[in-house]
Amino acid sequence: MKKNILLFTLLLMTLLATAQEEGGAEMADALRANGKIYVVVAVILTIFAGIILYLIRLDRKITKLEKQS
Amino acid sequence: MNKSWWKVLCVVLLVYAVTAGLNVFNAPAFEVPRLNILNESIRNLYFHVSMWFSMMILFIISVVHAVRYLRTNNLRYDILSRQYAVIGIVFGILGYATGMIWASYTWADPNNPAAASFTAIAKEPKLIGAGIALLIYAAYLVLRDSISDIDKKARISAVYNIFAFAFLFPSIWIIPRLLESLHPGGQGNPALNPRDVDARMRLVFYPAVIGWTLLGVWIATLKVRLQFLKHKALLNDTNRH
Repeated sequence: MKKNILLFTLLLMTLLATAQEEGGAEMADALRANGKIYVVVAVILTIFAGIILYLIRLDRKITKLEKQS
Repeated sequence: MNKSWWKVLCVVLLVYAVTAGLNVFNAPAFEVPRLNILNESIRNLYFHVSMWFSMMILFIISVVHAVRYLRTNNLRYDILSRQYAVIGIVFGILGYATGMIWASYTWADPNNPAAASFTAIAKEPKLIGAGIALLIYAAYLVLRDSISDIDKKARISAVYNIFAFAFLFPSIWIIPRLLESLHPGGQGNPALNPRDVDARMRLVFYPAVIGWTLLGVWIATLKVRLQFLKHKALLNDTNRH
């Protein structure tokens, strides 16, 4: 019986330890809570939109050239 | 613009990769595993790893066109093969650059600043292998531009392209798995292993890979069409063969 209790306590301890490890890592919770992550995404999307617009313009120009010749 | 449905798909997937990848929606579906050291930087999987996946796909397209050139002697395939190889190299360089930033915050020696732990990083088999692979592809461009005869250029570079593709296997697939490395994903297939990548992350990762690859294909097709226009007379000359 004593042995079993000891085993159970140890098991519980390891479980707690793993749970702590999983929840303990620092994440950007505060960043998301106050909404500042949107700023970063907005910046990335602006750059991305610029690149895509450039590609679309290039695509149109080449299509025009193809039709001319 | 012609055949634009996949271009729209490309933009949609990449916008999804950025927004869901950084979880602006604050949705539980786009949560990532909480791991020490990696922390939120685990989201780089959607960008850094996608670069290498796209590079591999673009190199496969390139080698397929190289083989098609050798079978048909049609210079169109030579142009296609070259342009896909170039955009593959660009994605490879971007993968390298993003990996440099990510590594310096995660598995680079934490006791030293990024620059000082360079000696440890320089020994990484994954970095050396990828470096060799990219240099071999860079030599493909050098080789091409050093031959002035058009047919000879196309033939030799198609053969070299097949060699460069074959060399990707030892340099980025086999040797890095045999040697010890600090870079994650040494066992099995990085990012494809079910025990390696959280199920929630696949929801963003696979669309991101498709999106980035489509972007590469889009840029390549633009360059191919420009080259077709430039060499129109040559390509339409049916008496050459």
